[in-house]
Amino acid sequence: MDFLIHNFWELTVTGLTLGSIYALIALGYTLVYGVLRLINFAHSEVFMVGTFAALLTLTQVFGLPSGSLSISTISAIGYIIAAGVAAMIASGATAMALERVAYRPLRRRGAPTLVFLISAIGASLALSELFAVWRGRNQESFPDLVNPVTLFNLGDAEVTNEQVLIIVSAVVMMVALDQFIRRSRLGRGVRAVAQDPDTAALMGVNKDRVIALTFLLGGLMAGVAAVLYGLRIGTTVYNVGFILGVKAFTAAVLGGIGNLRGALVGGLLLGLVENYGSAIIGTQWKDVVAYVALIVILMFRPTGILGESLGRARV
Amino acid sequence: MTALDKARAADGRRIEIVGSMRRQWDQVPPVGKFGVLVALLVLIYLLPIINPPILTTPESDFATVLFNVSLFVLVAIGLNVVIGMAGLLDLGYIGFYAVGAYSMAVFGSPRSQLAVAYPWLVCIPIAIALAMVSGVILGGPTLRLRGDYLAIVTLGFGEIVRLIAVNSDALGSARGIRGIVRPPGEKANGRPLFGVLDAKPYYWLVLTIILIIILGVRNLEHSRVGRSWLAIREDEDAAALMGVPTFRFKLWAFAIGAAVGGLSGALFASKQGFVNPESFKLITSILFVAAVVLGGSGNLVGVILGAVLVSYLPERFRGFEEYRYLVFGAALVVLMIFRPQGLIPNRRRAAEIAEGEEGAMPSVTT
Repeated sequence: MDFLIHNFWELTVTGLTLGSIYALIALGYTLVYGVLRLINFAHSEVFMVGTFAALLTLTQVFGLPSGSLSISTISAIGYIIAAGVAAMIASGATAMALERVAYRPLRRRGAPTLVFLISAIGASLALSELFAVWRGRNQESFPDLVNPVTLFNLGDAEVTNEQVLIIVSAVVMMVALDQFIRRSRLGRGVRAVAQDPDTAALMGVNKDRVIALTFLLGGLMAGVAAVLYGLRIGTTVYNVGFILGVKAFTAAVLGGIGNLRGALVGGLLLGLVENYGSAIIGTQWKDVVAYVALIVILMFRPTGILGESLGRARV
Repeated sequence: MTALDKARAADGRRIEIVGSMRRQWDQVPPVGKFGVLVALLVLIYLLPIINPPILTTPESDFATVLFNVSLFVLVAIGLNVVIGMAGLLDLGYIGFYAVGAYSMAVFGSPRSQLAVAYPWLVCIPIAIALAMVSGVILGGPTLRLRGDYLAIVTLGFGEIVRLIAVNSDALGSARGIRGIVRPPGEKANGRPLFGVLDAKPYYWLVLTIILIIILGVRNLEHSRVGRSWLAIREDEDAAALMGVPTFRFKLWAFAIGAAVGGLSGALFASKQGFVNPESFKLITSILFVAAVVLGGSGNLVGVILGAVLVSYLPERFRGFEEYRYLVFGAALVVLMIFRPQGLIPNRRRAAEIAEGEEGAMPSVTT
């Protein structure tokens, strides 16, 4: 308890940083759930592919050594953007391929929900093992692109440029996505299918394209999360997606699955709860705090804080 | 689409063949059936002694492999009660297995914190009871959830159990607990029957337990409980409307499944002689599910076949081990696309899936 009080602001800042990464991944679960009403179990692997795309772009394409390096701010920003674009492309492509291979054939036949889930579990297993076989089972390190510099103080915590970068870019991406869904023509299609797939199809919305689009959007967000994760944590491994996936899913449920703004609220809240919780009962219980949070929410408020449904998202 | 249709037509033919085999089998007089089954059983019991040339595993002890396979079969039979019969997707079954194994270690090893070292025959019921209790504790609050939520929550449960084992000193943290009691019994020469080196007695023990469990499960399936599970699996709301206390029977399925899982874990622990959290990773839980679904959830023969395939193939082809999760993952996707009812489907289950497909879209939105 003492530890929590003495480090309150520090824990808050790190919790928000991690939470914004959860929120970005949570968007993928929420989007797909909103439209298809199913848990895209393999979304964690979409994120994992993104981390490797970012890593390989930095180390193989640009030939940066992993670990610390001294580069100018401008080139660091350039590298981050390049890695980000690569991760977004890779994650987006993976998500769309996933939809094509593991979901679309089942959807055509109207298979029961559990069949979707098992197919997704299979796809998730196959993808992560593919990377295990290709890249080995050991962790790989990112180059340290950002030299942590303290920008300002919040309470008694020092807020670094890295943390600001992560939180700001996560929030910007989420606002952009929210606006896209609310204002654009394609976004209206997504909302229509989420509300009522059959009627939307009757009204001339191409359902297959909308569904592919939701997977793509979820993948792009996971790609951004992957780069930010690389900056923050600095390593990746074939099964990196698993725990993050469960946590992001928890965040999505916490905020109200199917609700875009809920994903942001849920992600940030989960980051905080996890940090405060592990400060009280010990860091080794950090993951347990997240799982228990999930069980408790599902028991008492399965619709989450902001309520479910993408379709009913305020226009 | 045409490829899919073709595959489904081929599938229909295969189902017909299996069906006609079934009818022929049904026509065999009871005495003949009994004779065939007994002969098959004797053969299975004698496997580690015969050491058949193609089946045997050149790179590891065949009896040990058989023990592992039989344990996997036992797990799959237990998980089948939950997934196949009651239709509840449990991704954290490894949690119950771990509870069973750790109960065995805590009560049966002089080196545990408790240091009571009860005899084996006392530890087994304790392990089963504790696993059952953990099943009820998990199921109580979560079984009211929708199917896909339940899957994620059970996944979390499996991880919680492992993390508790890793983090608590009372359970030996990452080192685990050694010196677990072995089953009782002596050979003619006075040496213990269940030793460290010879895996054959363990294999026979597990086989015998499997037979008992199969008898029990079959009886359950054709009882009021089994019919209630079936009703719940097909349509929970309709079942509730017809007066089936759905929650109570779902909890029963969970508890019985957990008990078998705990028993398997306890057997595993007493064969190994030690437990540590490494054995209870979530990926193993996914393999359990793969075994049940691959073979055909709901059908005992199918589930046993699935379990044998999933556990035996990587042992037989050691070079394949690195790729096994990759292959099983891909196999699950392919199977769900072309044959969601599994290799040897449960008759009714296959009909349900076919029906769901004709009904098209609505079933997705459940």
